[in-house]
Amino acid sequence: MIASHEDKETAMSHTARTPPLSAALEAFTDTHQEHDASAAEGAAAHSVPSDELDLTLMKKKKKKAVKIDDGEAAGDDEAPAGEDAIDLSMKKKKKKKVVKDDDDFAKKLEALNIEGKDGEEAAPAADENVQDGDMEKGTGIWQHDETKAINYEPLLSRFFTLLSQKNPDHASTGTRSYKIPPPQCLREGNKKTIFANLPEICKRMKRSEEHVTAYLFAELGTSGSTDGARRLVIKGRFQQKQIENVLRTYIIEYVTCKTCRSPNTELSKGENRLYFITCNSCGSRRSVQAIKTGFSAQVGKRRKMKTG
Amino acid sequence: MSIENLKTYDPFAEADDDSGQTKQTQEYIHIRIQQRNGRKTLTTVQGIPSKFDHKKILKVVKKIFACNGTIISDTESKGMGEVIQLQGDQRLKIKEFLTNKDEGLGLDDKTIKVHGF
Repeated sequence: MIASHEDKETAMSHTARTPPLSAALEAFTDTHQEHDASAAEGAAAHSVPSDELDLTLMKKKKKKAVKIDDGEAAGDDEAPAGEDAIDLSMKKKKKKKVVKDDDDFAKKLEALNIEGKDGEEAAPAADENVQDGDMEKGTGIWQHDETKAINYEPLLSRFFTLLSQKNPDHASTGTRSYKIPPPQCLREGNKKTIFANLPEICKRMKRSEEHVTAYLFAELGTSGSTDGARRLVIKGRFQQKQIENVLRTYIIEYVTCKTCRSPNTELSKGENRLYFITCNSCGSRRSVQAIKTGFSAQVGKRRKMKTG
Repeated sequence: MSIENLKTYDPFAEADDDSGQTKQTQEYIHIRIQQRNGRKTLTTVQGIPSKFDHKKILKVVKKIFACNGTIISDTESKGMGEVIQLQGDQRLKIKEFLTNKDEGLGLDDKTIKVHGF
């Protein structure tokens, strides 16, 4: 379904728009946005469960159905289509822009109408750059033995389609959300919580279990142990949401790179007992504070024993 | 109209919420929460600068938040300094109190760290 969607887009971007520079630019951004959208869609399709925590957007992102235009991919349809296919991973700022684009586009359409029908009709004929064809199937301009130089625009869209297909990680740097499976919390008895999938989460974050447990205990102000199946047993009642919040802060503090915001980092012990985070994608290195358990009050029986 | 992958991000700019080298000398105020039996909790505030009178703060805070609390002395908290301990989850309220310029201490937001879930 994704592939077909993309086909449509590329086809749309190829429909000859008499290219004054601004229009061409706009078409470029349109296609670009749509590619983003499709990339995001693809990512969403790959990582199935929607209840995974989404870390770049702290709030739950709005699910916006990407409408696929059927039938006429005429120039008129292009702008609304661009609006419909708002990138899922994009933030609110973007939406306003798209709306503005729409306005601009409307103005241009008006201008075109004023110019007259003949101008519109003459344009595609005069435009020898009509480049049609299906990229996937290798027809039209994309034929193997085609000698005509391909325009910048379709080449660019081809680049982004290929990139999003073959290398989805690169296609959306920054906007891609970092996802870890939600923590599974069980209650053991009345006073203990079992955090079942800690090893899995640690593996995902590339951090040692000890480090994460130490952080959890320090933040929650409790203690605990690991049981036979490597699950973490935390003293006290905790809900999944609460653990999730702590994990979030952990990721912000100890996983993401502050320079490029990539979660692809490594934690290592530096020279003099300091911990350093080395980013694998930008190479930056920063020191992080060691986990400190602050003051914790004595609660329960032992306090009585002490006073009495 | 922006091009996503050409956005300029200044790599040499100071990381905004960096806690490392730049402010190494700075002391944080830690606000923590602890679970007690049942739904009950304790809030501890550690590291309020000594220029403030902790006793007076406690007196005011107890009245505003309608909760009880104590000051845990340096010896009792094992070298963590004086700690104000309040009953119940007062983390947001105490943060508001610490940062409020008119009725509170007017401290900087960045010096306060709220821990817990």
